Amino acid sequence: MGLDIRIPVGMMFSIMGAILFIYGLTSDPRIYETSLGINVNLWWGLALLVFGLVMLVLGRRKAA
Amino acid sequence: MTSIQLGSVDYLLLIIYFVFVLSIGWALRRYMKTSSDFFLSGRSIPAWIAGLAFLSANLGAQEVIGMAASGAKYGIATSHFYWVGAIPAMVFVGIFMMPFYYGSRARSVPEYLKLRFDEKTRAFNAISFATMTIFSSGISMYALAKLFGLLLGWDFSFSIWVSALIVLLYIVLGGLTSAIYNEVLQFFLIVLGFIPLVFLGLRDVGGWAGLTDRLSRVSVQQGFEPGAWTSSWSHLGSSSANPMGVEWFGMVMGLGFVLSFGYWCTDFLVVQRAMAADSMSAARRTPLIAAVPKMLFPFLVILPGMIVMAQTFSDGRAQLPLKPDGTLDFDMAIPVMLATYFPSGLLGLGLTALMASFMSGMAGNVTAFNTVWTYDIYQSYIKKGGSDAHYLWVGRVTTVIGILLSIGTAYLATRFNNIMDFLQLVFAFVNAPLFATFLLGMFWRRATGHGAFSGLLLGTLAAAFHHGLTLPQNAVAGIKGGWLVTEVLHRYPSEMAQNFWTAIYAWTVCFVMTIVISLVTPRLKSDKDLAGLVYSLTPKPVEEEKAWYRRPAGFGLIVLGLAAILNIIFW
Repeated sequence: MGLDIRIPVGMMFSIMGAILFIYGLTSDPRIYETSLGINVNLWWGLALLVFGLVMLVLGRRKAA
Repeated sequence: MTSIQLGSVDYLLLIIYFVFVLSIGWALRRYMKTSSDFFLSGRSIPAWIAGLAFLSANLGAQEVIGMAASGAKYGIATSHFYWVGAIPAMVFVGIFMMPFYYGSRARSVPEYLKLRFDEKTRAFNAISFATMTIFSSGISMYALAKLFGLLLGWDFSFSIWVSALIVLLYIVLGGLTSAIYNEVLQFFLIVLGFIPLVFLGLRDVGGWAGLTDRLSRVSVQQGFEPGAWTSSWSHLGSSSANPMGVEWFGMVMGLGFVLSFGYWCTDFLVVQRAMAADSMSAARRTPLIAAVPKMLFPFLVILPGMIVMAQTFSDGRAQLPLKPDGTLDFDMAIPVMLATYFPSGLLGLGLTALMASFMSGMAGNVTAFNTVWTYDIYQSYIKKGGSDAHYLWVGRVTTVIGILLSIGTAYLATRFNNIMDFLQLVFAFVNAPLFATFLLGMFWRRATGHGAFSGLLLGTLAAAFHHGLTLPQNAVAGIKGGWLVTEVLHRYPSEMAQNFWTAIYAWTVCFVMTIVISLVTPRLKSDKDLAGLVYSLTPKPVEEEKAWYRRPAGFGLIVLGLAAILNIIFW
């Protein structure tokens, strides 16, 4: 099949991760009372971003 | 339960998800040239993708919401659905059954029945399966619309039509491949959306130790021994010692052997994903690959339920709401957890994951429906010998019709909830004996078409009779059973116990009757006809020269070993 699924998966999670990360940097810290004081947007956004990029790299490497 | 206010960032994440789902369908549309591309992905899917889709097609609403609800209601014993039920069944289908499904070149499970037995057995299975998929996808839609209405205040019709339209578009465009690719996307979304939920929840209750401590108080309060919620086997000695009301034999035979093998080994919804794999070896590895993440799903879906239960009884932050009749609304376990722990941002991710689970459940049903309808009903009984382009067109039209019918079902569910319960009950009767038919079909060449058909029919009737003659404790006669007699023959400690035993009786009757009737009816298929369909008449699949752990049997052993370890850890 001509489309490697890792490319769209990687793209989507990179974008979502980046959005959450930026939102984590800019949002009012008080909203993190719900998440036990942890800025989950920042940290989990970063994790998703890394996951997305790894997927992209894996997908690209095979295509090349 | 207060409704949640979504911020713009949450909506943004949801919209990004929709955009990607649709783009995948769009990107795949040019590969859909033949009906085989549309219904079987041209048998070109690599094993790991087919494996994740195999898992994800089953990750519908009932799975995620329902398993969390059971986690709250019954505790870690819910893991039996995975570690005793699904995992061994997935290993079995991969190692023993896939050679026949894939090797026979049947395009669907009903078609296998036609090749192995006869026309009537196929028709019985195809028609009941097609009806069932429509209702399942309708119920999935209904559950989604109800939940999003309750949580976000979305209009019921809006939720239904938006989710249906998106699923419709991506399947019509990209067929099964599109559904499979999106299932992979949905799989990652569900996993990555729920990990932080479990992390925060566990942290809040003080880790596994804190959870055990709080749940032991819940157990004692409900009249059980302290470990009833946090150990999976220790309290299965008698049905009165655990909240499930099930003893080990009913659990292992009913849930493990009959129901789980019946579902994972014969349900075309999941088997279709393996049939789309690019080689026999990939098809056999598909369920095995799926089994690895499946094994870990209890931690994602059962734990949140247990956490919310522990908190509800110890004045924690997450509290289960009450239903109008004053009992706890267990189905709200996941939504309550999301609302309690996720701030704006992550909340969008969590809700998108939930949306993805509903949509993958719906899409799985729709793709299975359009294949069975087109190949097993339309091509077999309505129009034989049409051109391939014609069947591809029928497949697309069927997708539209199937989704419209599901929408109709979803609206029906709002008006007549009892009809849905009733239908699910009928499907349970039809499904319970199926595994006996396949087992005999694949491993006993003497089994005949008449034998299989009457076995299935009698097994289904046995299920109905058993249900009509028994009742769970404290239930009134009607949809819960006992509708055949004024004085029921037996009262089970719980509905679950009754279900497991209904399945055991149905399976046994089907198994015995198929053998008896096969022996008194003539065998119409010769050994030559059955080559590739029956174990003893099929050449063993040639194992490519690979390390033992990469071969299906070795891989399967590893999976079973890991499942056994998990059972022991949570014993």
